[in-house]
Amino acid sequence: MTAPPASSDARWTLAAFRHGAIDVLAFVPGLAGFAMAYGTVAARKGMTLFETLLMSGTIFAGVAQMVVLDSWPQTLTAGAIAGLVALTALVNARYLMIGATLRPLLGGQPAGKVYPTLFFLVEPPWLMSLRYHSNGGRDPAYLLGGGIAMYVVWVTTAIPGYLAGAAIGNPKQFGIDLLVPAFFVAMMVSLWRGPRRAYGLVVGALAAALTEYLFGGFWYLIVGAMAGCAAGVLNDD
Amino acid sequence: MIEKDAFGFFVTLGLMMIVVYVTRIAGYWLIGRLVIGPRLRRMLNALPGAIIAATVAPALVQGGLRAVLALAATLVVMIVVRKDFPAVLAGVAVAAAAFAYGL
Repeated sequence: MTAPPASSDARWTLAAFRHGAIDVLAFVPGLAGFAMAYGTVAARKGMTLFETLLMSGTIFAGVAQMVVLDSWPQTLTAGAIAGLVALTALVNARYLMIGATLRPLLGGQPAGKVYPTLFFLVEPPWLMSLRYHSNGGRDPAYLLGGGIAMYVVWVTTAIPGYLAGAAIGNPKQFGIDLLVPAFFVAMMVSLWRGPRRAYGLVVGALAAALTEYLFGGFWYLIVGAMAGCAAGVLNDD
Repeated sequence: MIEKDAFGFFVTLGLMMIVVYVTRIAGYWLIGRLVIGPRLRRMLNALPGAIIAATVAPALVQGGLRAVLALAATLVVMIVVRKDFPAVLAGVAVAAAAFAYGL
């Protein structure tokens, strides 16, 4: 447990909450585009608007929601439900590793605050929190602020997508399909600390690309993350 | 169609919610119960970059030249300007232009 109790009094401030919410605003167009796409897919699958928003509000994991909707069967048997849940776990397994990287920011904080905050954990505020922490920021409310801002956008912007239904046409026409990868590329530049600390990044990318090329599916994330993580041992401190 | 089986829908949703929340908290919880040596710390330091790189690489494989051009535009603008939003906008604009061009 890293944080002395005295310093935690100065944490969970409204200022840091607001700071975190503002710093994820750059991600809003991308997230809104993704949420609208999700709403569109949900409408095409025959979900009601209530069901569509309930799924966003309880799961709050865009890739998992999209993948599950995509593979939703005609009839829900017990086996089909188990399959959908297993798929969810696989797609979201990367959060095990994402959560692990938050130990420096959240470690030593009261569990009653940490575990509710983690419900709102998604990639944009996570990335921003890594940067915030490496710049000396120590208030976990920063992560919560970013997470709740993303949550509100994620749930509400699914509505116009749902209403637009199939009318959007081809997302490629507007480059929307590459929004998420583009954000990640931008973040890689921010996280770059020189080639001698980038073995994990390079190996992770190569392993993921190879896995995708050979097998497809969602294994690339697991394989790429594991390989990059293992290669990270070789990094300089 | 989903409405025909509302019960199954809510069961699935409930289970998904539990699974997703467990993935969100389990990594944090587990790491607090392990002793972090220098090797593990270096591995964990490499993780964010590895996950991000692993997310981007398949988009390049699948997206072909259009994705390569778009993400290269993002990379260049980000290196020059150091701001997320113009960088992403540049990438998306190139992707849209490449689509219009037939790539």
